[in-house]
Amino acid sequence: MRNRQATQLLSELSHGGRRAAVFPPSDVPEWPIEDLLPPEALSAAPPALPELAEPDVVRHFVNLSTLNMSVDTHFYPLGSCTMKYNPKRHERLSRLPGIVDVHPHQSAQNIQGLLELLYEMQEMLAEISGLPGVSLQPAAGAHGELTALYVAAAYFRAKGEHRTKVIFPASAHGTNPASAAMAGFECVELKETEDGFVDLEQLKLHVDDQTAVFMITNPNTLGLFERDIPEIARIVHAAGGLVYIDGANMNAIMGITRPGDFGGDMMHYNVHKTFTGPHGAGGPGSGPICVRDFLAEYLPGPVIRVRPGDDRRFELVTPTHSIGRVRSFFGNVGILVRGYCYLRTLGAAGVRAAAEHAILNANYLKELLSDVLPSAHGEHCLHEFVASAAGLAKERGINAMDIAKRLLDYGFHPPTVYFPLVVPHAMMFEPTETESKATLDAFSEAIHQIVQEETETLRSAPLTLSVSRPEEVNATRKPVLTWTACTKE
Amino acid sequence: MSYLFTTADEQQQMLQRIGVDSVQTLLDQIPADLQLKQPLDLPRALTELELEQHLRELSTRNASASSRACFMGGGAYDHYIPSVVDEITSRGEFYTAYTPYQAEASQGTLQAFFEFQSMIAELSGLDVANASLYDGGSGAAEAVLMAIRCTGRLGRVVVVGSTNPEYVHTLQTYLVNKSTELVVVPTPDGTVNLADLEAVVNDQTACILVQHPNFFGCLEDVASIGKLAHQHGALLVQSFDPLSVGLLKRPGELGADIAVAEGQSLGTPLQFGGPYLGILTCRQQFVRKMPGRLIGQTVDRQGKRCFFLNLQAREQHIRREGATSNICTNQGLMALRATVYLSLLGPLGLKEVAELSCRKAHYAADRLCQVEGCERMFAGPFFKEFVLKFALGADVAIRKAAAAGIDIGPALSRLPAMEGVSEADRDLCLLVAVTESRTKAEIDRLVTALS
Repeated sequence: MRNRQATQLLSELSHGGRRAAVFPPSDVPEWPIEDLLPPEALSAAPPALPELAEPDVVRHFVNLSTLNMSVDTHFYPLGSCTMKYNPKRHERLSRLPGIVDVHPHQSAQNIQGLLELLYEMQEMLAEISGLPGVSLQPAAGAHGELTALYVAAAYFRAKGEHRTKVIFPASAHGTNPASAAMAGFECVELKETEDGFVDLEQLKLHVDDQTAVFMITNPNTLGLFERDIPEIARIVHAAGGLVYIDGANMNAIMGITRPGDFGGDMMHYNVHKTFTGPHGAGGPGSGPICVRDFLAEYLPGPVIRVRPGDDRRFELVTPTHSIGRVRSFFGNVGILVRGYCYLRTLGAAGVRAAAEHAILNANYLKELLSDVLPSAHGEHCLHEFVASAAGLAKERGINAMDIAKRLLDYGFHPPTVYFPLVVPHAMMFEPTETESKATLDAFSEAIHQIVQEETETLRSAPLTLSVSRPEEVNATRKPVLTWTACTKE
Repeated sequence: MSYLFTTADEQQQMLQRIGVDSVQTLLDQIPADLQLKQPLDLPRALTELELEQHLRELSTRNASASSRACFMGGGAYDHYIPSVVDEITSRGEFYTAYTPYQAEASQGTLQAFFEFQSMIAELSGLDVANASLYDGGSGAAEAVLMAIRCTGRLGRVVVVGSTNPEYVHTLQTYLVNKSTELVVVPTPDGTVNLADLEAVVNDQTACILVQHPNFFGCLEDVASIGKLAHQHGALLVQSFDPLSVGLLKRPGELGADIAVAEGQSLGTPLQFGGPYLGILTCRQQFVRKMPGRLIGQTVDRQGKRCFFLNLQAREQHIRREGATSNICTNQGLMALRATVYLSLLGPLGLKEVAELSCRKAHYAADRLCQVEGCERMFAGPFFKEFVLKFALGADVAIRKAAAAGIDIGPALSRLPAMEGVSEADRDLCLLVAVTESRTKAEIDRLVTALS
């Protein structure tokens, strides 16, 4: 039974005079603050935060947590997001004091253990990508894209070339064009072929001496391997451009094929996806990038290297023609440690097995759903597939969102819907390797039941959760973004 | 070990259903000549026990704030984290959930972030906060890009030289492929001279970025800087310490239009620099120019209060190259940590942390300045951190302290060069930061170590 009292807003639970955290009395002389700081700098009163007792706080957040679906509680086949199991050992090990309590300005000689771990992480990422230059600095996948585009810009500047265009297929994640625009490039979007691949003729038409980078997700957002990738790379390279691999879908190919081997010059990983970060309700992630050797000198610094002449000493260095920083400090180390633990647990065979089982699960689910939610693209998929609810929409007026919302009532997190845009009524499923056949069977059964239900039932779903279909139109017109809610706009 | 649980017989059944005889057939779409011929060259797989032994060994080779007295500053601080913060954020329902796009399945996350936005807006004295950016450095760069959008001025950005040099470095990277000129005004006295600032702010200036308390711990005259910016039609962007507002005026009270902060102090551990928490807040009128996610309150079909991701039309998954930023994954779990932390502190706890840090820092400065060869580099008022000039060199000071189990720094020579600090001073100067966690005994031990 839900505790509605505890999930009121903190501002409503607040009661003047209550408190949780109490700090020890000052053990240094109690000089009046007015003697230490100029009066004009001082605030009349501290900010009006809620006043709560510790049990209030605990009960509030624990009850809030129960309103979430998560990988720990539910099957979460959200396409493109790789919602795999987050091993508990990672949480314990990333909290060891010699990792979690290390100050970022601590000198290299005092943190050799941590630098060794991060150096080995660089090495493993280089090996899995086939690209030797690694920066662990980017905080997330999109940040990695942006960083790599700055690296590309610096490379062309050093060569005396002024290249202005970044090209990507229409099915690209929104972060690709957004990163390109942010890095100061002009965006060019390519139409795909009917079967969902990069159209080589279109590519040839647009690639020229103004092309800086071609960005491509491989396998693509349909879960299909871009077979023509060597030819794509040849075309881009012939024009002097660079090929960027968006590593969002690395879970499909790790240990099977490598971006560096199929023509990529730069790529990012999403450690929080592929190497089970975890997702943290939206972050933090970690988006390290790997690049070819001739681009390594432009990477942001610092990076870790073995001190010349002493293979057990690690040091932090900034590459010679570094683009500079893209954030403060070294990177999202807490997430990188979890990724390290994952790769050390799997080893080479485990990495490949994870990818193979992700592919097996996706193909099995695709087959189970094919009679009600067919996929138009490809006989087999890799780690994910995009089905279409267009038939159901036409015959019965059921749309993808209705099915998604109804799945919540059946205890499943829905797939990604309406992405990629190239598929009408798209439903994108990524079951990941850490799900059993029994779960996939049960999920398929739920979908088969749902599509038999009354249209009205589906339209009003979800019926069993704490809330159902938030009103968005008025809320967008007059956004209420804080509890003191200024709706003045 | 790959956390798989499909057995061989199940695999056979699945392959049969798919209509292929092996997993390898499913890989046929990857051209054979692109497939790896041999296994990756990775270290051998470890069991959980072996992994723990390995990590513990690595961990013991690092100096940490849990085994030594940490007086280090420069943008990350050893503030105390109450147990409830870890306890709540360790719940799988929070940390193994995805971005709350599916509102009905994410009300816990959404409400917590709405509460985060509410409390952070309150700390900054401004109207709205987003649901987090990566960290203080990239947050400051995002704030400047936002100011350029808000003013439509591409010409110039003015940065006060006492801003965290890593933030300035980050901003330089973000502006390099653009036409905007970045002007950094030196601060040889520890804080900026208004006349120096006035000389470079013009009617093409999008914003002035100032940090207060600044990188040296000193207090800037933000209100006057704000007036100057506004006289020229520019915005004031302030980078602030979210704990300092337990005592100090908030950015909104000082005239800031956009405020940014490194939120690590709010319940996130040091962990060698990340993940931390980027905070960005602004006046209501700029809300549609903000980067990052925004959680809004609304009602559901039954009229019940609920929360959802509002104003998504600003974001990359909808607006693509027209988005206000490329950010997708943010620092959600760190925002949750800050929300829990601030709920535990309340106004009085926040004031206590600020007062204790301030008093202890002043006691430390006072005692250290009695040591021969020690002085404060800048004489002006400071909050919880100050620049110590040690005649024998910053590295010597750090070594002497380290021998007594104390960490101080960073030395300014470890950081990107800052205009206005001479080469000679760089070698002698270091930062000392004091939080509520430090005791008088530790401060006295530091004084003895440097004597």
